[in-house]
Amino acid sequence: MNIVTTRRISQFFFLVLFLWFAVAATLGDKWWQLRGWPVNWFLQLDPLVGIGTFITTRTFYSGLIWCIATIVFTIFIGRFFCGWLCPFGTIHQFVGFLGKRNKPTPKKAKLNAYRRAQSLKYVILTFLLTAAAMDLLFGSAIFSASLQTGLLDPIPLFHRSVNLVILPLLDEPLFKLSPDQRYYETSWFIGGVFLLFVFLNLVVPRFYCRFICPLGALFGVLSRFSLWRIGQKADGCTNCKLCEKDCEGACEPSASIRISECVLCMNCLHTCPHDLITFSTTLSETGEIVSPDIQRRELISAAVSGVLLIPSIRIGGGLGPNWNPALIRPPGALDETEFLARCIKCGQCMRICPTNIIQPAGFQAGIEGIWTPALNFRIGTSGCQQNCIACGNICPTAAIRPISIEEKLGKKDFRDKGPIKIGTAFVDRNRCLPWAMKTPCIVCQENCPVSPKAIYTEDVFEKVRPGRELKLKSIQEDRLFLEAKVLIPNKLGTGDYFIKLYHSGNDTLHRIKSNTADSVSLAVKPEWEQEIPSAPPFEIVVKLQQPVIDPAKCIGCGICEHECPVLGKRAIRVSRENESRNKNHKFIL
Amino acid sequence: MEKQHHNSSTTRREFFIRCSKAGLSAAAVCASGYLFYDSSGPKQSEAETGLVSLSDYAVPDKKGVMAVVKGEDRKKTLHLALKALGGIEAFVEKGDNVLLKVNAAFATPPALSATTNPVLVSELTRLCFKAGAKHVVVTDNPINDPPSCFALSGIEQAARREGATIMLPERAFFHPTTLKDALLIREWPILFEPFKDIDKVIGIAPLKDHHRSGASMTMKNWYGILGGRRNVFHQDIHNIIKELAMMVRPSLVILDGTVSMMTNGPTGGSLSDLKPTNTMIVSTDQVAADAYGATLLGKTKNSLPFISKAEAKGLGTADYQSLNPIIL
Repeated sequence: MNIVTTRRISQFFFLVLFLWFAVAATLGDKWWQLRGWPVNWFLQLDPLVGIGTFITTRTFYSGLIWCIATIVFTIFIGRFFCGWLCPFGTIHQFVGFLGKRNKPTPKKAKLNAYRRAQSLKYVILTFLLTAAAMDLLFGSAIFSASLQTGLLDPIPLFHRSVNLVILPLLDEPLFKLSPDQRYYETSWFIGGVFLLFVFLNLVVPRFYCRFICPLGALFGVLSRFSLWRIGQKADGCTNCKLCEKDCEGACEPSASIRISECVLCMNCLHTCPHDLITFSTTLSETGEIVSPDIQRRELISAAVSGVLLIPSIRIGGGLGPNWNPALIRPPGALDETEFLARCIKCGQCMRICPTNIIQPAGFQAGIEGIWTPALNFRIGTSGCQQNCIACGNICPTAAIRPISIEEKLGKKDFRDKGPIKIGTAFVDRNRCLPWAMKTPCIVCQENCPVSPKAIYTEDVFEKVRPGRELKLKSIQEDRLFLEAKVLIPNKLGTGDYFIKLYHSGNDTLHRIKSNTADSVSLAVKPEWEQEIPSAPPFEIVVKLQQPVIDPAKCIGCGICEHECPVLGKRAIRVSRENESRNKNHKFIL
Repeated sequence: MEKQHHNSSTTRREFFIRCSKAGLSAAAVCASGYLFYDSSGPKQSEAETGLVSLSDYAVPDKKGVMAVVKGEDRKKTLHLALKALGGIEAFVEKGDNVLLKVNAAFATPPALSATTNPVLVSELTRLCFKAGAKHVVVTDNPINDPPSCFALSGIEQAARREGATIMLPERAFFHPTTLKDALLIREWPILFEPFKDIDKVIGIAPLKDHHRSGASMTMKNWYGILGGRRNVFHQDIHNIIKELAMMVRPSLVILDGTVSMMTNGPTGGSLSDLKPTNTMIVSTDQVAADAYGATLLGKTKNSLPFISKAEAKGLGTADYQSLNPIIL
């Protein structure tokens, strides 16, 4: 089989495999759901994830060790990942092909000519890696490592786009993977970036791969010593540029090949009319350029900005005293500085969350936390479920630790530590129905999953707005007659309204069964100890259970916030205080 | 772009062709203006049309029967109670489609008794099929994430094992209903799709404390048929429970008081919230079943207004003794 055909099959296979893993990252025990499918495998193969987290943590976490295999292969044969495996690259190649397919050969060759701007990706890579390594410089919190590779690393970028935009768009009409429409904040931005990079292929094929991709840049550096390379085996090139007609890397095989740009697409191999091009261990007759085309001043500016830009963001205090109380991280998330040193913004936790509450952050986690996971209890189908630990167990970099149910709930070995708290609920007494509107409710209390409940209620009897002055005419058996027709019939018959009678120096409460415009029937016929006056002073009161939070028990799961019937701005809302991951955010003794 | 030559004179033929093209275009514009002209502007969007309503699933000659069986073993007590009422065959006929309305409200394990016990689901499913049922559908619209609720409560596995069909709530399953004589259930979405082609409905509820209404039993169990932002009904909890009992006229209700949730209801969450009360109540009168259940929680009719309200509406009797219940 032709090597180019083999490459196409490989690309198609890995693209389908990638999409399949995205589908399989659904919580459940059906064959197509998450039950052992290696849904993180592409992220684990990605050395920018592996090396990035290695720089920030000095470890290869779990499956990230796969990146060693990718690196070793790249050292031997060059950027095979870009040309043969990368699913994002496959899309670029295909769209690029569509864009140039009807153009004449010289025009195609021109589109695939090497451009100086291809060195931009090395600048981006340098910036990202120095930001990840800046803690080597100073040990302070401001200079703690910040992993930003996920912004442009193609595998996390493609995962994010598929997980948070493409699947939610197609799922409801086509697949029904989720029982309900999935929602993701900032989807316009994620989708916009994806579309932009895809359509730029119509301007220059593989635009993203050639100019932007920091992973490609990393492979470019790693392929410096590759044993097998594309090159010309003899003199005799007539400079017809046929070899560059479909050159994916824009690596100039017609001249001195740029090894760091070659993505091993193999399109040049069989097009040469003089059969000069080979893939072999011998050096090219026309010479080779092994190093990226980047100047020292570019490298230094990238490195200096990498070290200074993130710390200058942090001078805003977002990681210090100015932490955002609205930023609720998933249970098991590391403390913010450690978290930002690991999170690659791939969106896997957001994809797996069964209740759809894990959302890509906008700016609530600061600019450096964009697209990191933040909980939103208004979106989705519930709060954080007690018996669910999916997010930490899918997280490829352990930015959210793989906790156990016991640890989450503070059971067994974790009894002394107590449950993991992600925040604390606060009742907004200006919006809460029993507090502000004299209306019974306590949906929040009912749904609180903690035992004993973190929301308890205080019983109070509050006077109901009479509208007009109420005067009693007489009492007969279990009925009270008013002087005027002032009540709305049966409005007081819910079981929550009472008559409060003042007599003989004390007052008694009687539940209302029903009412007409000018009379009230009591649920139980009162037995008066003494004769009472025919028309004693009285009030109509409503029994209210007013919710109060016990901050020592609240875990911040947000089920109360989700269920609150005050739909716009909820009357009970979770705030970040008391989160387990940072002891300094404790607010009670 | 086509070039127009100033000096080349237009032929009559060309002129006519241009005229007719322009005329047709102008006519098309005028026609579409006429066709799509809207003199009144948009109206306030109308309420959803296509109201649905649930049938009466009661078995005619089995009105007001009740059996109460003491014991720890749910399978045994269920068997005995059903036997006392004439066996499951008295309620499920050959070829019937049966719907089991479980309480799967929370994503908690069966040991916490916040949801219908899976043993009851599997046993009842088995009995229904034994009696000749064609299909058994198990459904609920839970509070927590539905797939997690059905999985963790053990209900899904239990039902599947015995061949029942699980119907998780999907948006398309909800249709609005307006209940006659009701103040609250008006044009309100209910989980209607599972009830299509159903002949018998059996409610299986765990016996639980409920902070707002006082108790969650067989009538409150129908809350899980409501869709929409049903939480607003907590503002009038006793009337909504009454209206739910008006809406669903079941073939049978089962109130599982084998282990009752005495505190921290309706979620519970700890074994210390539970108490073995060793009672299985099976009845065709949901008001009587709830009135009996209340005694197990140490409550009375007077502290649970929804019972009196349902009774006053003629949905059953709170005086369960008057039914001469079979107590074993």
